[in-house]
Amino acid sequence: MAKKEKLSLVCFSGDFDKALAAFTLATGAAASGREVHMFFTFWGLNILKKDFGRKWIGKALLDRFFNFLMGGRNNLPLSRLNFGGLSPKLMTGMMKANNVATLEELIEAAKELDVKMVACEMAMHILGITKDDLIDEVQDVVGVVTFLNTSRDAQVMFI
Amino acid sequence: MEHFLDITKDHCPMTFVKVKVKLSKIETGDRLEVLLSEGEPLNNVPRSATEQGYKVLEVTAVEGNVHKVVIEK
Repeated sequence: MAKKEKLSLVCFSGDFDKALAAFTLATGAAASGREVHMFFTFWGLNILKKDFGRKWIGKALLDRFFNFLMGGRNNLPLSRLNFGGLSPKLMTGMMKANNVATLEELIEAAKELDVKMVACEMAMHILGITKDDLIDEVQDVVGVVTFLNTSRDAQVMFI
Repeated sequence: MEHFLDITKDHCPMTFVKVKVKLSKIETGDRLEVLLSEGEPLNNVPRSATEQGYKVLEVTAVEGNVHKVVIEK
């Protein structure tokens, strides 16, 4: 068999719709036999927080404010027409009504398909987030060079 | 052993995801019968299975736009 194809996703955005896009690509690629790596940085880290709601994470006052305001997976805003956080809930309802996988289901599928998830060391440092604040599926905390090495022979996308 | 999966109501990417997850859980030599719809699932589920080394034994129209695909692991 030919060498396994690889897909690497930089998950920079913490927007609900972009997280959907990232996990749709990741699960679709993994299901079609590709090795998938997701590198979460900056706002993307919100998707991986263990606490899905708002929590005061970090030591410094500003860290704590930022993390509380950004929240976790349940607080991801829609990139347009967010309506104060109402739209992601409406959209999840619309997705369920149309038999389209929700973000939760896609993340579960990604775990099941062995999609590799890693978090950006630098962004975590800025925001005062530790590996313990993130879900257990996050395998490692890495830097850009590790990501580039992993992605050397992969298709790379920035979301 | 025979296994069964109905993905006629699912959409991308869950169509592939469900087939792949199911295939990963069955034994080598087992068969999986998948009911799927025309379009993306019918075009790509058999092809993707073949590419990943599974054997597609049968693709037949059932009724309306529903097709049956039998895959052997």
